Parts: sequence; C-alpha cells; structure tokens
Amino acid sequence: MEPRPRSFYLLSAFFALFLLFLYGPTITIAILSFQGPGGGLTFPMQGTSLHWFRDLFEQQAVGDIWGSFRRSFVLGLMVMVTTVILSVMGGLAFRKKFKGSSILFYLIITSLVIPSILISLGVGLIFSQSGLEVHWSTSGFGAQLTWTLPFGLLIMFAVFNRFDKSYEEAARDLGATSWQTLRYVVLPIISPSLIGVALFGFTLSYDEFARTLLTSGSYNTLPLEIFGMTTNVTTPVLYALGTLTTVFSLLMIGLFLCLALWSTRRKARAGSDAGKGML
Amino acid sequence: MLKNNTFIGWLMALPIMAVLVFFLVLPIAMIVMVSFWKATEFSIIPAFDLGNYEFLFGSNVTYRVFFNTFKYAFLTWVFTLSIGFTVAYFLAFHVRSQTWQIVLFLLCTIPFWTSNIIRMISWIPFLGRNGIANSTLISWGVIDQPLDWLLFSDFAVILAFVHLYTLFMVVPIFNTMMRIDTSLIEAARDAGASGAQILWNVIIPLTKPGIMIGTIFVVTLVMGDFITVRFMSGSQSANVGRLISNDIALLAYPSAAATAVVLLLTVLLVIGVMLRFVDIRKEL
Repeated sequence: MEPRPRSFYLLSAFFALFLLFLYGPTITIAILSFQGPGGGLTFPMQGTSLHWFRDLFEQQAVGDIWGSFRRSFVLGLMVMVTTVILSVMGGLAFRKKFKGSSILFYLIITSLVIPSILISLGVGLIFSQSGLEVHWSTSGFGAQLTWTLPFGLLIMFAVFNRFDKSYEEAARDLGATSWQTLRYVVLPIISPSLIGVALFGFTLSYDEFARTLLTSGSYNTLPLEIFGMTTNVTTPVLYALGTLTTVFSLLMIGLFLCLALWSTRRKARAGSDAGKGML
Repeated sequence: MLKNNTFIGWLMALPIMAVLVFFLVLPIAMIVMVSFWKATEFSIIPAFDLGNYEFLFGSNVTYRVFFNTFKYAFLTWVFTLSIGFTVAYFLAFHVRSQTWQIVLFLLCTIPFWTSNIIRMISWIPFLGRNGIANSTLISWGVIDQPLDWLLFSDFAVILAFVHLYTLFMVVPIFNTMMRIDTSLIEAARDAGASGAQILWNVIIPLTKPGIMIGTIFVVTLVMGDFITVRFMSGSQSANVGRLISNDIALLAYPSAAATAVVLLLTVLLVIGVMLRFVDIRKEL
C-alpha cells in the first residue's frame, strides 16, 4: 500500500473535530442529566445523582410525558408501516413509466422542500374550517406522511434504478405470475432497503415537530411536549428527558441497522445456492 | 400495452397520490384561499380582499425579515458546504476500507434520526453565560468577562443550523463522489496534475450534482425554519417562518396565510433556479 499523504492526517483531524461537533453537545447534556439535586443547567456538577430521572417518573412534576411518549411511539409505528407500503407501491408504479408520472414526481419534490409550517397551517385550516377535529392520529398522521413519503420514495427510486431486471425475467420465464415474481423475487431482493425506509419512517415521525405543531390537537406528541418544557422548565429534568429519548432513538436506530445487516447477510447466503436444486 | 401500464401505474400510485392531494395540494390551496380572507378578533371571514398582501408588502418589517431569512440561508449554506464537502471528500477518497467507510458514514448520519429539538437544547450548557465555552475562554485568559452573544444571538442560530443540517450536504456529496470513476483521477495524475489541480478541475466539477442537491436541502430547510431561529435567538431575531408562526399564535390566519404564500413562492423560485443545474431523477 502506498503511504498516506500528509493531507490524510489533516483531514482525519478535521473529521474527528466534526464528529466532536456533532456529538459533543448531546454527550454534554447526557452527563449533565446526572447532575446532583442542587445542580443547574450548566457545569460544574453538584455531585451526581439520578434525581432528575426520578423526577420524570413523578407525574405532577412535568406534564404528561409518558402519555406523549406513548402517542409518539404509536404514531411512529403507524407512519412507518404506511410509508413502507406506499413507497414500495409508488416505486413499483414508477417503474412502469406511466403517463403523468412526472406530476407525481414533482409533487414528491414539493412535499420535500415545502416549509413545514405551511403543511401545519394548511392542514390545520382545512380541518378547522370543515368542522373536523384535529387529532394526532388523523391530521397529525397525514401531515407527517408528507415528510416521510418523499424520503421513502426517493430511496425506492434509488433501489429500483439499480435493480437487475433479469431476475424478474428469469422468474417469468419459469412461469411465475406477476404476483409470485413480486412476492418471491423482487421483495426479498429489496428487503434490506425496506428496512431503511422503515427506519426513516419511524424516526422522522418520532422526532417531527413543525408538521405536527398545529395538527396534533389537544394531545401532544413527545417533541411538542419537550418544546413546551423548554419555556417553563429550567432544571436538568429537561436534560434527563432529552437523554432518555435520545437513548431510545439510538436503540431504535441500532435495531433497524442490525435488522438491515442481518437481512443483507441472509440474502447473501440464500443467493449462493444457485444450481443446488439441479443436482 | 402502454395504456395498460398507465392504468396499473396510476392504480399503484393511487394511495400516495391520495395522501399528497389531501395533505399537500389541498392545504396549499386552502392557504392561498385564506390569504384573501379577512380576520376579525375572533374569527376569519371568507372574502376576496388584497388587504393582507397590501399590509405585507407595505411593511418594512417584511423586507427586513426576508433579508434576514436570506442571510441565514446564505451563511448556513457557506458553512455546511465547506464542512460537508471536506467530510465527504475525506470519506470518499482517503478512507480505504469499505467497512470503515460505512461505519464513519453512519456516524455522520445517525444524528439525523434523533430529535432536532434536543440537539438544539444541548447547546445550552455549552454556549450559556456560565457555559463551557465562556469558562474555557476565561481560564485561558482570552477574555475577562463572559461573552453574552454566544447563546441567544444570530451566532447561535447559524451554529445550530450548521449543526443540524451539515449532514444534508455530506450525504449527497459523498454519494456523487463514490460514483466518480477513479481512472479519471489516475489519468489526471498521470498527465501531471497536482493534488490541488485534481481537486479543482476533476473532482469538484464531477461532484456538482451532489452539491446542488445538498444545497437544495439546506436552503429550503433554513428558509422554512421557524423553531431554530426562535429557540436559538431567544426570540430576538426573526425570519419569515417566525413571522408566520407569530401570526398563527395571534390567530391572524389570513395574514399568516399571505406570508406563507409569499414564502412558498420564494422557496419554489430558488429551487426552480437550482433545478436548472441538475437533473435530480438522474442522480438517484
């Protein structure tokens, strides 16, 4: 191997600083959430304790955190499942290069670049003017889909652009129906990417703020609850909550990444048995 | 056959289309409509009234706030592009093993899947009056008094934007760089180009589509933001998004809608210009 140029070491240092910049603040509040009972929002630490985490579990101390966590979790799962199914259908539709598909494509791009507050305002206005009640599971759910679907669909575009059509042709030549081709050939091949779409669907919904602001009704989701706390809570309990939901997010990300890895490995194993059945 | 394709295509795209029509197209139509309505203290009344727009364009605040919005977008763009490009360049051309490439790339993207609000809050202990930055600077003897402009200022707003959105630059730029044919770079080196010349004349031109996609993400996210500006400036600065959210808080929906229409047109105009430089569908 040729030796590393000097620029490699400079760039490595830059990259390390970038990671510090990305993760440093989050790590700081994670440390500060173990602040002693008398401690404040900044260093120095006044001893260490689990005081602020205990506070989170006392209902009256800080609003309805567990209720909002439950809602965010359920909503995240709803958005995730819907995003995966609709993105796959949309991705398959686009492969047909149907007439008018460019309209849908530009709608997707618009959905991605439109300022979130417009979705919030518009959906809120439609519901209030037509006498419907805004609720996180209806208006909030739809508003979040306008943010997760573009990501899901763009991933599907990328996947299908790289998809080798000869697999499908082979299946068809062997007499598979189009449903069988989809179920036993296409879906297994793209399954690792579907886990990626699911990851986007869940986490983007779980953390979404702006699009849920005017569309969730009287029951807050977790990000709304946390933002409400920033205006009236001035103790490290805020950090404790931030640390807990970040840990939760990291666990979910880890879970999805492990699933994706497992599914890629399984695919690699299953793919290598070509010809075995012939013997 | 073609007709059949179109039919099946639309059928499969129907659910996604339905969601977008109901939660994207109709809301935009609603906002455009309400922007012509009138508001009283208690309710909004259907009308065709240009008053909201007259007020908007007649007010100095509007121009200042729009200027601020562009300023945030431009500064954030400069920083996210230079940082994002450097990081992507390092990952694509200096990290040799693919496993490390994936691991380091994931490290850059994981924060994207965690909460923006918490990532903003997490700057408080660092930037506050008694925060890490001030106490470090004082202990080094750089300053005697804590700096007041670290938190709740334009500085904090830009810092937070860069912190939140640099990965929107890293990902598309890295993606385009990975697709550059390495033989092009070798050819340039064989022809006697220096490292800087290769970067400037080969890599940067070939990375342009990724740069454009990252730019579209960052510029639209910053222009449409309202929460970062409100939180990080301590409500001292305003951009268009905050103008809208303030009107909403006062239940002045028609006025909020008029501002929203102007903001949307501005964003679409900016995107329209950028899309002239890149074909997104080809880059996926």
